[in-house]
Amino acid sequence: MENLQIAADSKPRLVLNGITKRYPSVVANDDISLSVRPGEIHAVLGENGAGKSTLMKIIYGITKPDAGTIMWNGQYETITTPSQARRLGIGMVFQHFSLFETLTVWENIALALDERVPSAKLAAQITEVSEKYGLPIDPYRLVHSMSVGERQRVEIVRCLLQEPKLLIMDEPTSVLTPQAVLVLFETLRRLASEGCSILYISHKLDEIRALCDSATVLRGGRVSGTAIPKNETNESLARLMIGGELAVCSLTPREPEEVRLELDHLTLATSDPFGTTLKEISLTVRSGEILGIAGVSGNGQKELMAALSGERLSSGTMIRLLGHAVGDLNPAKRRELGLTFVPEERLGRGAVPPMSLAYNALLTGSRKGMAQNGMIYPTVMRGFAKSVIERFKVKCGDEQSVASSLSGGNLQKYIVGRETMLEPKMMIVGQPTWGVDVGAAQLIRQALIDLRDQGVALLVISEELDELFIISDRLAVLAEGRLSPSVRPADTSIGQIGTWMSGKFNEPAGHGAAGAPLMEVA
Amino acid sequence: MNPIVPMISSTVVAATPLIYAALGETIVEKAGVLNLGIEGMMLIGAVAGFAATLVTGSDTLGFLAAAAAGIALSLAFGFLTLNLQTNQVATGLALTLFGIGLSAFVGHNLAGTPLPPLPSITIPGLTSIPIIGDLLFHYDIMVYLSLVLFAAVQWFLTRSHAGLTLRAIGESPGVAHAIGKPVLTTRYLAVMFGGACAGVAGAYLSLVQTPMWVEGMSAGKGWIALALVVFGTWKPMRVVLGAYLFGGVTQFQLFAQGFGLPIPTEFLSMLPYAATVIVLVIICRDPKTILLNQPASLGISFHAAA
Amino acid sequence: MFVLERRASPSFKMAIASPILAALGMILTGFFLFSALGKDPVEVFYLFFVKPLSSTYDIGELLLKTTPLLLCGLGLAMGFRANVWNIGAEGQLTMGAIAGGGVALWFGDSNSIWAMPLMLTAGVLGGMVWAAVPAFLRTRFNTNEILVTLMLVYIAQLLLSWLVHGPWRDPQGQNYPQSQGFGDAETMSVLVDGTRVTWGIVYALGLAVIFWVVSQKTIAGFRMQVAGMAPAAAAYAGFSEKRNIWIALLVCGATAGLAGICEVAGPIGRLQQQISPGYGFAAIIVAWIGRLHPIGVVFGALLMSLLYLGGEAAQMGMSLPSAITGLFQGLLLFYLLAADLFITFRLRRVRAVVRVEPKPAVRLETAA
Repeated sequence: MENLQIAADSKPRLVLNGITKRYPSVVANDDISLSVRPGEIHAVLGENGAGKSTLMKIIYGITKPDAGTIMWNGQYETITTPSQARRLGIGMVFQHFSLFETLTVWENIALALDERVPSAKLAAQITEVSEKYGLPIDPYRLVHSMSVGERQRVEIVRCLLQEPKLLIMDEPTSVLTPQAVLVLFETLRRLASEGCSILYISHKLDEIRALCDSATVLRGGRVSGTAIPKNETNESLARLMIGGELAVCSLTPREPEEVRLELDHLTLATSDPFGTTLKEISLTVRSGEILGIAGVSGNGQKELMAALSGERLSSGTMIRLLGHAVGDLNPAKRRELGLTFVPEERLGRGAVPPMSLAYNALLTGSRKGMAQNGMIYPTVMRGFAKSVIERFKVKCGDEQSVASSLSGGNLQKYIVGRETMLEPKMMIVGQPTWGVDVGAAQLIRQALIDLRDQGVALLVISEELDELFIISDRLAVLAEGRLSPSVRPADTSIGQIGTWMSGKFNEPAGHGAAGAPLMEVA
Repeated sequence: MNPIVPMISSTVVAATPLIYAALGETIVEKAGVLNLGIEGMMLIGAVAGFAATLVTGSDTLGFLAAAAAGIALSLAFGFLTLNLQTNQVATGLALTLFGIGLSAFVGHNLAGTPLPPLPSITIPGLTSIPIIGDLLFHYDIMVYLSLVLFAAVQWFLTRSHAGLTLRAIGESPGVAHAIGKPVLTTRYLAVMFGGACAGVAGAYLSLVQTPMWVEGMSAGKGWIALALVVFGTWKPMRVVLGAYLFGGVTQFQLFAQGFGLPIPTEFLSMLPYAATVIVLVIICRDPKTILLNQPASLGISFHAAA
Repeated sequence: MFVLERRASPSFKMAIASPILAALGMILTGFFLFSALGKDPVEVFYLFFVKPLSSTYDIGELLLKTTPLLLCGLGLAMGFRANVWNIGAEGQLTMGAIAGGGVALWFGDSNSIWAMPLMLTAGVLGGMVWAAVPAFLRTRFNTNEILVTLMLVYIAQLLLSWLVHGPWRDPQGQNYPQSQGFGDAETMSVLVDGTRVTWGIVYALGLAVIFWVVSQKTIAGFRMQVAGMAPAAAAYAGFSEKRNIWIALLVCGATAGLAGICEVAGPIGRLQQQISPGYGFAAIIVAWIGRLHPIGVVFGALLMSLLYLGGEAAQMGMSLPSAITGLFQGLLLFYLLAADLFITFRLRRVRAVVRVEPKPAVRLETAA
């Protein structure tokens, strides 16, 4: 659907010129300029760490630029606070929601508004606006009882109530099922047709090509180019985004061998009032295969990881590792049997932030000779850390650098490397490339595939569906604590996975034939 | 002479300083700040209030001076924990040690000087009702003001927009900051409010309950007030009820003597402390209670990311 | 304009410098305070820092006070590093004194060689039992140990009070609330003639070395460090949180209990109402000054010991109230916490935002 409101010579609503922002270790934004017209859906495209979020924070008044100007409707403006940005007519939907879980929808919205509205009137407004734009929500619900997709609606409605002239969407689809993404796109197109400008931040090329009128590509803090997405291919956009070719991972088909991990009707009640209970999860993973588990955040991924790793104990026979019943064993004992795992959180869980990489090797590597009879052997420890750093090309000072000084991608490489070099028989990985730059993401995915080729059994839980389609031998979906049957990627489609994500494991597929992308690019 | 009425009255009097201190700390903790320095602030308030009343002869000025002293000390705590991001537990302990030392130092020459206690009020017609009159209408003004404070705190937290903002900040200061709420200012105001309440609580001890200045006279009531906030799961109504319960426990000594129970006085004195431990165990047993009620950011320093 | 900026990694130099800065800040404040009170600040400085080091006897007094501070501080430092907030070392010290003192009174004047070893063991066990209560309540019932350990301090002190007023009161003591004096076999012998220094300081220094080795070189020490720095990482690694908590609290209780028995079997020589001028609380500050490191704790204990002695001397020589020590202790911790800021942050001068000349409007271009 073409947006007919954008006349080629209509005056720009927002113009950024020469925006620069420096932090002690990095220049996040370097001389960035862009321009957005009324009713235009403008993508800001770039990989993790390219500077997109910083730029949006500057526009929304959370951060002040070190240099550069902002022009709004032809006037120079210095945006110093979010409330000033809102007064100008700028709204922002954050990637990580700014919602208070223990409060209700209307209380959350009341906090974000700049004027006081009596609660009954506000609730009525919320109902009206949310239904008008196809995102209905109940104003009196407590946020913690809502799914991630519903919470995003609250964020969007919150912005819509203030009748924005520019709406900034920061990576909005990472928490949505494929069907919900289509609903969102309808909402955005409707807004644009009413004259609202939209800045759409993403690294998902298919979506940008399906939705956006124009794109500014950021790389390393600078503008690497601008484009009309509909005239581009994924490859050409990727070239602008990463400055090279997207390397391709491929799986050579092989016959999986003996069963390494078996879950038998795993049921685990959650101790967290905001968590998800796991219900009757059964699966097997064999040597030489990767089982990918897809799902939108909040459906039990955290709980499943904790149950598999041993951070949460369950009943003995529900989990079998290499034939042994391990449900009631702690992580250290499971490691002795050949299990390793890479957690979703790097700093604070996979690594201790103030400790050096060498000591962080000791966290899980004590079997590798660095600790005997209760004493630590620092030379062995440092040697191990050095070999991880070398083999996985971790960019850091040396093995004495503290974990918190590494970038997200490099720390993830170190953790994946550490767990790989423990020579596991079974490896569990949660969100392998979240927040990681494209180069490191490639290396990590290839490392996982290499392990699979060597006969290790892998279970990968990820919210990036595209990634799972690339690296999995088989795929299953986790929805509301239940696991769908597993299928081969070639035998399913994004549409079917999307349907399964709403928990309907028995219904036929949604849009698109097997293998076809869900979104049609005009 | 019926011993029940004086027991209940003394319970109410014993509970009143706990109410002031605990309600103050409830607001502080709802904003996400853990101030362990209540004991120190109470003692400073006690000595300041006592000194002011001794010099001016006015109890009102005494309580005001106590509140001011509590605020002053809490500002030091606020500066360290909010601006300089120091560890809240350690800073609160430092505040307590400093408060104990400073109050003893300042009050060195005041020890032993008696003061006339704050008079109980009399409401014509109501106070003279037998039994009920003494039970409900024959307390000093600060008792009634403590209940007014309870009503105000309850209204603030549940009905006012400022209270909503404070609760949001206590749950997630990062998010509150992102939507433009004044995190530091709100927390400062909360900490100062807590300081004023703790100061007044201390002055109640030295101006009404005892009324005299004795080194370390709060004897752990500040810590009990902290436990009361947890016991009340950060809800003002429960905190106040808990205060009356504890008031009763601290007075048990008198009850026992009144009934001639042959328990050594030291063991009776242990009761409030043992009761505090038991009460904490009961509340903390189910992790869900804490997860659902404790302000999520309690005790964690907030650094506004640039 | 100045802005606080997080450092890439914590500054080791500042970690060493900050206690020194804090001490200087405390001394300066003291100067002003004493001048305001009309006391000669130079004389106070002499009493606090010079006199305690001026004779063998004085140095002995210094080491005597260092002993309980060091013992408690070592245990507390290990606990704080593991995120176990034991505030009740004073109570564990008291229970150690009661337990060991009870054994001493039982031996009476019997001159048995078993008296002292059993007393020391009882002292250690007494402290450990008292610390086991918060350990149990935390691991089994999730109860936060800060308030529990504190309440137990009051209970322990009341228990001691009851004992010396009642069942253990010296029948020949003119109704004074204290026990019989311990016999010769139950009193720790003096190490150096002309002082009151006992074996306690040797135990304390020896333990400091042991703690240092354990925390730096053993897996057990590593586990506790991780538990304190990143509890989720400790869970991920499979380190048992419950075991760490038990170890931290029992070790604290043991060292505090040992401190307690060394005090009553050493310089005090009996059980009485007041056996410690707040050593258990001062040890918290000692642990912080020592950066939670055993060697640092030794220096912290010496510094705190100076403060105690200076306070006593000032009280006697210049009729200042005894509370002056507590005042300075609190002040020292305040300054220390403030100075510690610069370990993780640095000050940076910020230039004003520069306005760049506007460039011509950007035109949309297709990619090449």
